Amino acid sequence: MSDTPKLLAESIRAAADARRPLAIRGSGSKAFYGHALQGEALDVTGHRGIISYEPTELVITARAGTPLAEIEALMREQGQMLGFEPPQFGGGGTIGGCIAAGLSGPRRAYAGSARDFVLGLRLLDGRGTDLSFGGQVMKNVAGYDVSRLATGSLGTLGVILEVSLKVLPLPPAELTLVQEHSQAEALRLMNTWAGKPLPMTATCHADGKLYLRLAGAQAAVKAAAATLGGETLAGADVFWRDLRDQRHAFFAGDSANNLPLWRLSLRSTTAELTLPGTQLIEWGGALRWLRSDADVMSIRKAARGGEGHATLFRGGKPGTAVFHPLPAALMKLHKRVKQAMDPAGILNPGRMYPDL
Amino acid sequence: MNAPVQKMPVDLERQRAVCAALRAFMPAQNVLFEREDVTPYECDGLSAYRQVPMVVALPENEEQVCAILEACHQMRVPVTARGAGTGLSGGALPLGNGVLLSLAKLMSIISIDPASRSARVQPGVRNVSISEAAAAYGLYYAPDPSSQIACSIGGNVAENSGGVHCLKYGLTVHNILKIRVATIEGEIIELGGGGLDSAGYDLLALMTGSEGLLGVVTEITVKLLPRPECAQVVLAAFDDVARAGQAVANVIAAGIIPAGMEMMDQPATLAVEPFVNAGYPTDAAGILLCESDGTREEVAEEIARIEQIMADSGAHLVRVSQDESERLRFWAGRKAAFPAVGRLSPDYYCMDGTIPRKRLAEVLRGITEMEKKYDLRCANVFHAGDGNLHPLILYDANDASQLQRAEDFGAEILKLCIDVGGTITGEHGVGVEKIDSMCVQFRSVELEAFHALKHAFDEHGLLNPGKAVPTLQRCAEFGRMHVHAGQEKFPELPRF
Repeated sequence: MSDTPKLLAESIRAAADARRPLAIRGSGSKAFYGHALQGEALDVTGHRGIISYEPTELVITARAGTPLAEIEALMREQGQMLGFEPPQFGGGGTIGGCIAAGLSGPRRAYAGSARDFVLGLRLLDGRGTDLSFGGQVMKNVAGYDVSRLATGSLGTLGVILEVSLKVLPLPPAELTLVQEHSQAEALRLMNTWAGKPLPMTATCHADGKLYLRLAGAQAAVKAAAATLGGETLAGADVFWRDLRDQRHAFFAGDSANNLPLWRLSLRSTTAELTLPGTQLIEWGGALRWLRSDADVMSIRKAARGGEGHATLFRGGKPGTAVFHPLPAALMKLHKRVKQAMDPAGILNPGRMYPDL
Repeated sequence: MNAPVQKMPVDLERQRAVCAALRAFMPAQNVLFEREDVTPYECDGLSAYRQVPMVVALPENEEQVCAILEACHQMRVPVTARGAGTGLSGGALPLGNGVLLSLAKLMSIISIDPASRSARVQPGVRNVSISEAAAAYGLYYAPDPSSQIACSIGGNVAENSGGVHCLKYGLTVHNILKIRVATIEGEIIELGGGGLDSAGYDLLALMTGSEGLLGVVTEITVKLLPRPECAQVVLAAFDDVARAGQAVANVIAAGIIPAGMEMMDQPATLAVEPFVNAGYPTDAAGILLCESDGTREEVAEEIARIEQIMADSGAHLVRVSQDESERLRFWAGRKAAFPAVGRLSPDYYCMDGTIPRKRLAEVLRGITEMEKKYDLRCANVFHAGDGNLHPLILYDANDASQLQRAEDFGAEILKLCIDVGGTITGEHGVGVEKIDSMCVQFRSVELEAFHALKHAFDEHGLLNPGKAVPTLQRCAEFGRMHVHAGQEKFPELPRF
C-alpha cells in the first residue's frame, strides 16, 4: 500500500514523457459525469484506508481510495458526519472521487460545500510530483489554496492521494416537514425562511410538495416545527438519502429513453423556470434539476438569467458540452492553470472542457 | 521583522514616466509622488517594515483600476494593492520602484438584496459597514476579524480573514459568492456567481487569500446570514491551561460547535482586566469564553450543556452572561487584548500560528521556555475552537537587540507550530513577515507549484512581488539549513 503513490507517480511520469493521456479511475460511481474519459486507465482505488481521525479535532484524513461509506460509518459511531452530505451514487464512491467531483448533497445550502470542508490535499501533479497543500487545521492561509482549487477539478489538475476534511457533529434531533405548495410559492417560502434564524438543513420541492428538514437542539427543532407547520414525514432519512443519491422517483430510470437530466445552479431567488419538462428544486432554490429535451441554448440562457450555470448531468445528445461554456478571458486563465499543474496535458484531458 | 527598510533611491525619470502615464486617464490629485504625499502609505499594520512607494495611485472606479494595471503591465512596473492598511503581515508593504494601488476610494455598497441574502460591495468598504447596512433586514456578514471597524472587505478577500466566529460560520472564502477581479493585463474576470457554485475551476477559492499576487479584486458579492435570535456566553476559569484545553475538546466531543470559543492565558487577562474591567478572574492560569447563538431554545439547551462540561472539566469558576450588556463586557476583554497588551510594553509582535488543539499545552510550555531563552515576555490569546494561537511577544523596538530577539522568538514559535502539525499563519497571511517561515512549512516542490500558478496569472511577476511565496533562492539563503527528517529541504540548490 505504501508503494502505491510511488507506482502512481511512475505511471504519471511515464505517461507525461510519452504525452499519453491517463483516465483516472476510482470506484466509477460518477463515470457518467462529465465528458467520456479517454486514455489509459489509472486505477487509484488501491490507495485506501483512514490515516487519522480525531473526533475532538473535527478532522479526518483518509487515502483517496477509501470508500465514502466506510468513512461515514466510522464517523457515525463517533456522532459525527461529513457536513456537505456527499452523494454516493449507486451506493459507491471513494473520498478521492467525492472531492475530485466536488459534488455536495441536500445540506449544502445550509452547511457548506465539499470545497468548504476541504482542509488539505496530497496529490500527484501532471509531472508525477508528490505535493501537499493545506493541512489538518481549521485555519490555514499559508500558500495558495490549491486544495480547494483542485476540489471539483475532475482530476484534471492532479491525482488526489489523501484528503483532510473538517467534520461536523450529528444534530441531536432532526425532523422533516411536508407542505403542499406550487413551485412559485415554494421558492418564495424557501427564500423567506433562509433569511430567518431557523434550524433548517435541507429543502426540496418536487411534485407540488415542499420538504423541509429541521435539525439541531431538540427544543429548537420542536419550536421551529410548530411555527412552520406541515405534516411530519415518516422515513425522512430514506427520503433525503434517496434524493442525495438520485434514487428519488424524479431521477428514476436512467435509460437512453429518458429525457436528459440538467443541473442548473442559480441565484436562489430566480423565478420559476419556464422551460419544458419536469423540475425538482433543492438548496432553497439555488439548485434546479430539470428533465427536459429543451434545446441546449435555451437551457444555458435560462441559467445565465439566474446568474448561474447549467450542467448536462446525465444523458443528452452526444457532443453536447456538459459544462457551461466559459467566457474567453476565463477560459484562457483556466488553460494556464491547467498548464501550471499538468504541463503535458495528460490528466483526464477533455473530461471537463475540451481544452483542459 | 528585521525592519529591512529599503533605502533605494527613487528613479526620478521612471517616476515621472509612470505619473504621466497614469495622469493620462486619472485626475492629477489621485496620482501621488511627492514625498510627503506618499509617506502615509509606507507601511500597513506591520509597522516594523517601511518603504516609501515610488507612486501612489488612488483610482475612483473599476475602469481606472484596469487602466492602471494595464499601464503598469506595459511599463513593467510592479504593483502592490492596498485596502485599509490594517494587515498584520506586511502584505501591503510598498515597493520603492513600484505603484501602490489604494482601493480606498472604491467604498460604496452597490446593492443589498435581502431576498437572496447577498450584498454587492466595492473592495474599500469596511467590513463592519456591510453588517451595519444589512442590519435593517435582520441580516449580517459573518466573518468578523478584530480589526473589522477599520479593515476593508477587499483586504479580507486578499487575506482570507477569519475572526472569532469562524469555527461555526467560516472564513472569508466560505462567505463570498462572487468577485470581479482585474488581471495584471487590465482585463476583468468574474469568479463565482449568483448561485452556490460555478462552472470550471474554483478560482474564487484560489484567489481568496492570495495576498494580491494573482489579481486585484474590484467588486465582491458577499453572503449575508440571518442575525441569530440571541447569544449567550459562558466564562470559565481554570488553574491550568492544559485543563482549559481539555475543556475545549470536551465541548467539541459533546457535539457542540460553539459560535465562538476563545482562550486567554494569565499574562493576557492580567493585561486586560485593569484596562476594561471585563470581570475576568486574574488568579486563573487561563480563562475560556464559550458562546452559543441561535434560537432561544437552542441557546438555552446549549448553554446549560456547556456550563456542565466546564464544571466537569475542572473549571474553578463558571459564569453565564445574564444579559446582553454582560455578554458584551465578557467579550470586550478579549477584543481589547491586543491594545491592552500594547500598554504593557512599547511594542508587541503578534504571531498567528494554528495548531491541532490537543497540542496546546505542549506549545504553551514551549513558549514559556522560549520566554526564558529570549528574555522577553509573551501573552497568549487563542481562538481555541479552531486552534489559532496569537502569542503576543512584548519588546522594545528602540532596543535593536530586543527587536532581533523578538523576531527569533517568533520564528521559533512558528517552527514549533509546524512541528506539532500546524501552520505558520491561520488568518494574518504570510506577507513579508513570515516569508522565510514558508521555507520551513513547504518543500521546494510545493513552492515551485505556487510559482507556476503565479506565472499563470502574472507572467512577469508584477503583482505584489516579494510577498507570500519565497523564491527557492531565498529559501536556500535563509536556510539556516532547516534539516527535516534527515533530509535537506533544498538539496538541488547551491549553498552560500
